[in-house]
Order: sequence, then structure tokens, then C-alpha cells
Amino acid sequence: MNIFRKMLGDRDIELFIGQVLRTGVITACSIALIGGIFYIAQQGAASVPDYSQFKGEGADYTTFRGIFQGVGRGNATEIIQLGVLVMLATPILRIFFSLIAFALEKDRMYVFITTVVLGIILFSMFGGLKI
Amino acid sequence: MNILIFSLILLAGAYVAGLLGSLTGLGGGVILIPLLTLVFHVDIRYAIGAALLASIANSSGAATAYIKEGITNIRLGMFLEIATTAGAVGGALLAVFTPVNTIAILLGVVLIFSAAMTIRKKNEHIEQTGSPLAARLKLNSTYPTATGEVAYKLKNVVGGFSIMLIAGVLSGLLGIGSGALKVLAMDGAMRIPFKVSTTTSNFMIGVTAAASAVVYLQRGYIDPGIAFPVVLGVLGGAFTGARLLTYINARTLRIIFSAAITFVALEMIYNGFNHQF
Repeated sequence: MNIFRKMLGDRDIELFIGQVLRTGVITACSIALIGGIFYIAQQGAASVPDYSQFKGEGADYTTFRGIFQGVGRGNATEIIQLGVLVMLATPILRIFFSLIAFALEKDRMYVFITTVVLGIILFSMFGGLKI
Repeated sequence: MNILIFSLILLAGAYVAGLLGSLTGLGGGVILIPLLTLVFHVDIRYAIGAALLASIANSSGAATAYIKEGITNIRLGMFLEIATTAGAVGGALLAVFTPVNTIAILLGVVLIFSAAMTIRKKNEHIEQTGSPLAARLKLNSTYPTATGEVAYKLKNVVGGFSIMLIAGVLSGLLGIGSGALKVLAMDGAMRIPFKVSTTTSNFMIGVTAAASAVVYLQRGYIDPGIAFPVVLGVLGGAFTGARLLTYINARTLRIIFSAAITFVALEMIYNGFNHQF
């Protein structure tokens, strides 16, 4: 009986993780779509920037601060970048929920494994690796 | 060309990339980078940024359905993500010191390898013994088939983990999901049934891509003007592809596309050697 309960619990968590992923993607796409429509409405007639030369984006598009300030001003491009942020956050959030799930199951080994994965990603985000 | 036209053409192109990526099992990203660089003449760094996003969108979008069917082995995915994320962060770091032309050549090689992998013989063998390490890590599991739940076991965990590390590095360096290598690790080394290995690989791609994408975003590789048509297009194409797959037999399509992709890959390699990136 116990093993059945455990399997059922496992399954619920898996379905929840699937739901997190789906919601994240839909949210990210909706934000990017709204930003994209504004972007085309405002700048659609302008000529395409020269993408054949790599310049790298400025702080407006690459930092939390820049993106949120731009969204506050209603800038179309920063709204798209907000969608990008949500897209990037989705798998990271998934790991976070997996961590909680394994903790609830008292599966210590997988709490450890998940923490390592989360640690690597957080290090990648905040470790100043952009060079 | 104005932004409106560019966005629409890019949207259509990304849609086709997503469709082909889903039908061939290669993923949208690998097709997207040659499309952006060879057809749209976008710098490969912007292409990599966009492709990473597309990989995350694809992986997260498709995972829901696979998890629902109970095919994905979440513990296995989590365990192997240690290797792929560590590799991806390493790859993203390595990218700074790698000349753009080298990246193009490497990408071409991986493309050819991936194309070859799509027409390989799939592992339908179900491993019954497994290794002690796999049991200790609780990686053995079951998956649903037409005849009911089937239990499978794993072996060669260390070998699989090592290939995953390489898959991670390539993913971080080239901005692709490198699903083909992931499947090779699980299918080839660890002897997992291919249905489980492809879905678990897909499940892992999102996290792997996110690990390097956060670095690329800060480095300014992700341009909003390219990002939005690409993400929407690839996701739409992948969605259509997944629908189509239930109606058509993709075997012949796979062979045709694999051949086409090999030509594209050769052009990437050729241009790389001629320093055209």
C-alpha cells in the first residue's frame, strides 16, 4: 500500500512540474508576442539593424534593471526581453520545484543532486561569467 | 528591408525550422543557426542567442505532454543535468576564446553527426540486469507501452555521464540542444529504450540551454528584434510538427531532411574555413 501511495505522490509532482513548464512557455510567448506587436507597430517601417555585425546589446537588454526600467517606460524591445527572461526562468523554476518535491518525499540523495544543478545555474547567472 | 518585412520572413523561416526540427527529431535550434547565418546573414553570435531561446521553448513546451504520458525519467534527467549544466557553463565560457569560424565548423560537424543519428537503428532492447550504481541512484524505472508498463534498468552510468558532459559543453559553445549526443549517451551507453531517452533528453535540453543562455543574455547575444519572431515561429512549427507526426510516417522525411541538413552543414564548414563568419 505504501508503495502505491509513494508512486501516486511521485506522479502528482511530475504532472505539476509539467504544468509549470507549460505555463512558463505560454506566459513567455504571450509577453514576447505583445512586445513584438508593439515593436512592429512602432518601428516596423524603419530599416533593419545591421545584424551581420555583432555589437552586443547594451544594459537595457542585458540586465534585470535595464529590462524592468524599459518595461516601466513601455518600450517594446524591453517587453520582448522580459518575455526572454520568463523563458529563461521557466526551466530554472522547474528545478526549484523539483527540489521542493524531492524534499517533501524526503529523498535526500535527490535533494542533494537537485541542489547541485540549481547551484550551477545560479553560479552561471550571478558568477560574473559574462566577461 | 524594413523591420516589418524582416520580422515576418524570420517568423516564417523559424516556423519551418521548428517544423523540420520536430519532424526529424533534431530540434529547432540546429536548423535555426544555419538559417539565420547563411540565409539572413545574421552574425552567428546573435544566431546562437536566438537558438538557445528556441531550444528552451521547444523543450519546455513538449515536456508537458511527455511527462503526462509518464515516459520521461525525471530522476535520470535531474542526475544527468549535473553533467550537462556544468558542461554548458564551461562551453559558454569557452565560447569567448573560440574564434567564430571555429564555432561554425564545429557546428557543421555536430549537424552532420546529428543528421546521421536521426536515421540510426533505435534501441528497443530492454535492459534487465542494470548496474549497481544505477540502482543506488534510483535511475531504474518503468515506462508505458502498448502492452502495459515495462520496467527497464540502466548500465554504464559513468560512461553516460561523461558523454553528457561533452553534450553540455557543445550545447553551451554552439547554442544548440545537442539532443543527438544526449540520446547517444542514454540510448547507446546506458541502454535506455529510445522512447525514454528521447523524451528525457528533450526534458533536459531546457535546463541545459538555460544554464548557458543566462551567460549569453548578459553578454548581449540575445537581440529582441530577432528573439521574438524566432521564439514564436519555432514554437509554432514544433507544435504543428508534433501534430503531424501522429498522422505521417516520418521515416522517409527524416532521410530526406538528414541529407539536406548534411549539405547545409557542409556549407557551414566550407564558409568557416574560408573565414566568412
